[in-house]
Amino acid sequence: MNRRNFLKYMAAGAAATAPAAALVTACKPGDKNGGADALTTGAAGTMTMRRNPNSGDLVSILGYGMMRLPMLPEGIKPDPVTGPFDQKMINRQVDYAIAHGVNYFDTSPVYCQGLSERCTGIALKRHPRDKYYIATKLSNFDRELWTLSESKAMFENSLRELQTDYIDYLLLHSTGNGSRDEQGNDISGLDACRQRFLDNGLCDWLVEQKTLGRIRNLGFSWHGDYRAFEYLLQLHDEGRYHWDFVQIELNYLDWFYANEINSSNVDAVTLYSELEKRGIPAVIMEPLLGGRLANVNDDIAAELKQRDPEASIASWAFRFAGTPEGVLTVLSGMTYMEHLEENVATYSPLHPISADDHEFLMHIAEKIFGQKEIPCTACEYCMPCPYGINIPAIFSHFNRCIREGNIRQSELDPDYRRARRAFLIGYDRSVPRLRQASHCIGCNACTAKCPQKIRIPRELQRIDAYVEKLRLTGETL
Amino acid sequence: MLLRKIRIPLAILAFASITWLFIDFTGLAHGYVGWLARLQFLPAVLALNAVTVLALVVLTLIFGRIYCSVVCPLGVMQDGIAHLHPRGKHKAGRYVYSPERRWLRLTVLALFIVAVVAGIGSLVALLAPYSSYGRMAANLLRPVWLAGNNVLAGISEQNGNYDFYAVDIWIRSMPTFIIAAVTFVVIAILAWRGGRTYCNTICPVGTVLGYLARFSFLRVCFDAEKCRSCSKCAQACKASCIDFKNKTVDYTRCVACGNCLDQCSFGALKYGRPAAAAPAAGEGSGAADPASRRAFLIGASLATTTAALAQVKLKTDGGLAAIEDKVAPKRQTPLTPPGSLSADNMASHCTGCQLCVAQCPNDVLRPSTGLLTIMQPTMSYERGYCRPECTRCSDVCPTGAIRPIGRDVKSATQIGHAVWIKENCIPLTDGVSCGNCARHCPVGAITMVPSDADNPLSPEIPAVNESRCIGCGACENLCPARPLSAIYVEGHEVHKTI
Repeated sequence: MNRRNFLKYMAAGAAATAPAAALVTACKPGDKNGGADALTTGAAGTMTMRRNPNSGDLVSILGYGMMRLPMLPEGIKPDPVTGPFDQKMINRQVDYAIAHGVNYFDTSPVYCQGLSERCTGIALKRHPRDKYYIATKLSNFDRELWTLSESKAMFENSLRELQTDYIDYLLLHSTGNGSRDEQGNDISGLDACRQRFLDNGLCDWLVEQKTLGRIRNLGFSWHGDYRAFEYLLQLHDEGRYHWDFVQIELNYLDWFYANEINSSNVDAVTLYSELEKRGIPAVIMEPLLGGRLANVNDDIAAELKQRDPEASIASWAFRFAGTPEGVLTVLSGMTYMEHLEENVATYSPLHPISADDHEFLMHIAEKIFGQKEIPCTACEYCMPCPYGINIPAIFSHFNRCIREGNIRQSELDPDYRRARRAFLIGYDRSVPRLRQASHCIGCNACTAKCPQKIRIPRELQRIDAYVEKLRLTGETL
Repeated sequence: MLLRKIRIPLAILAFASITWLFIDFTGLAHGYVGWLARLQFLPAVLALNAVTVLALVVLTLIFGRIYCSVVCPLGVMQDGIAHLHPRGKHKAGRYVYSPERRWLRLTVLALFIVAVVAGIGSLVALLAPYSSYGRMAANLLRPVWLAGNNVLAGISEQNGNYDFYAVDIWIRSMPTFIIAAVTFVVIAILAWRGGRTYCNTICPVGTVLGYLARFSFLRVCFDAEKCRSCSKCAQACKASCIDFKNKTVDYTRCVACGNCLDQCSFGALKYGRPAAAAPAAGEGSGAADPASRRAFLIGASLATTTAALAQVKLKTDGGLAAIEDKVAPKRQTPLTPPGSLSADNMASHCTGCQLCVAQCPNDVLRPSTGLLTIMQPTMSYERGYCRPECTRCSDVCPTGAIRPIGRDVKSATQIGHAVWIKENCIPLTDGVSCGNCARHCPVGAITMVPSDADNPLSPEIPAVNESRCIGCGACENLCPARPLSAIYVEGHEVHKTI
């Protein structure tokens, strides 16, 4: 959606505020036949919607990411169909989402131990197919599945699992991610992208499927090697392929700091402007950085609350991600009902970030960046570690200790014993001993899979060395 | 009576403290009450702790077997069990006088002394009273205590504080657990039915102290003139040692509890100097002689199944790979903890009380299952390794089986050495780089070297410098090969300083 259109909707929305309130229940998302433009701005209590200029879809600004589905409590027997995932809860949450205007559901064949599509399909099948859009992906994690025939099988399987005969939004999954060949040599993100999606004729086949109506929008998600991003956009510019949408990581920390956090990453502002220039709608992932922008330290929390005492910490991140006009939808992997309720509230309607707010959030981002947390979003692409290590849980514990001020460099630092106890007990609670960092052998199986380009073994060994230092200073906790 | 009023609170305090020592997992208890374990008679004898032994002998020569009523946790435990018994129709008590079974007592004592001298640790451990109690507390009570703690830890975790933390509950050795349970049942039945039967027929410490108590300065004496032979005192005597008909007390069995004194309505019993005493020559006591050497077990060839982790097919993300439990390798020579000096020293001093096993915060120590060393501690590294900052077993051991050792000395004490098992090593089996053993070796005894000397790029394997290795087991415990590690520690019979 371009700027002019956006302003037009704004004006229309402002004019229609009063009557729109009556449309809360009357107007269902997915109503593609016009008459709902007033909703794009979102009247009070109504989800803000965005228009996809390519297909005309009216998409809710809040998209449901099906990557962090709720799980059954520990000790409950896994279901033969949906494994350890709590289908009853998933159904309830999907029902709530649809009832409150959410109409974009993003899944993939690899999410949730490969069960996300199935769980999503079961939950969505209970609603009319024209009430929602399904996004899924052609994933690229296993080189054995890089052939055209395996890819076709993957696509057909997605349709089967999702219990549908067309996909609204199909993505080439994680296009900048590198890989490794059988000899253990690294394949760059650009090469992997070419081999996996283009050289094998997959993209052409997908375009064919689009003309057949089995795919309604074709796009890609990108992480990692910027050359792959540039290359795919170049194909778009040359007219070889047309991307109906592109999925990027965008949040107020990555806006300017992605590159500083890791020099091989690109700031979100750059990615976004490349898309905006071409009028390609952006689907946003990691608006909250796997929860890191909701779990801030007390100091930052206080500052955010001071600016708006009634707004939740997470709502700032969601408002930021939804503000750019070229954003089609903001994906959030809402594991719990309360997350869903809160995000629905934040976006019903979206109050865009002002220039002042923007500056303020950049200041917050600087503070968060200064904490040197490990930029893990707990996406679990690195998992399962072949040696059983719980990588995201270790990073999450370490980051938590940074936020809570429980890291000590020296025994002489104030409050050392208490901080040590908190770190070590918390560590054993978050991660069973056998899955802790001391068991990382540095095989590097994870490194290529990390979309954040974290050098996982190095970080694990750094944390292990820190734990060892703590342990050495006493035999009791 | 004053005697009871002092004895009961003291006994409860000592009993609770020792029990705490055995069930504590935080490492706090031994700082406060560790001395109580050292005060135990047999451990003091085995530790050649002359001051304590002398003090206990003097104590007994003055007050009688008050040790058995206050200091010995097994004795107090029996009193507790007997106390629960309903007294039946007799108001005063339910006991009756029985004559001493002297031959049984002396035979057991003789056997015991032979066992100590010959270093038959298993027999010593079975008979030693303090160790019997320790075994029960560590095997039967401790799991309950830990389970309770884990419930609190769950609450604590939910509330987001660090007041309690969860700990693993596991049976370290089934034979020891069974022995502890059987001992408990037998002693509990004996105590329930007849009070101090065990102390006065089997307990070797009771026999030794009993024959010392014959000559004690203070004792329970009859005033024949005042006694009306009502039998109340005998009914109250849990040691069954008061022969009211003949107006005599068997001082070898009297534990100076004072229960009889309270029962006498005629003032015929008093605790004090007897009217006429007949001192005689001393009695032989259990001496601590070094044990004979023990031939440690014959090597069984190492079963080295290839143990690479099954690689999970990486088609999806999320979830956790299953982790196989480690299996203990067959060590030709068992490992004994730093401070124990040698297998001999361990065998000849340890009474198998399980205090070190219960206290080990790294889950390394467990009771041995060897025929001669049963219940004595041995080490294995499936659950953890002997961490450099910890010297707890040496801090708590009351018998001198594990002598106090500082961290610095420990880090230079070689208790064994690491052995590499080529067939299990991950770089060779899985073709990935590893080096986790070298990364965690606290003394830097492992260097990673190319497996093919001619090819510097070949997978790197560990090279162990045995002369620097102290045998702590970090390499074995953290080795990714499962169930059998690719590097394990072989014990040394005699520890040396490097």
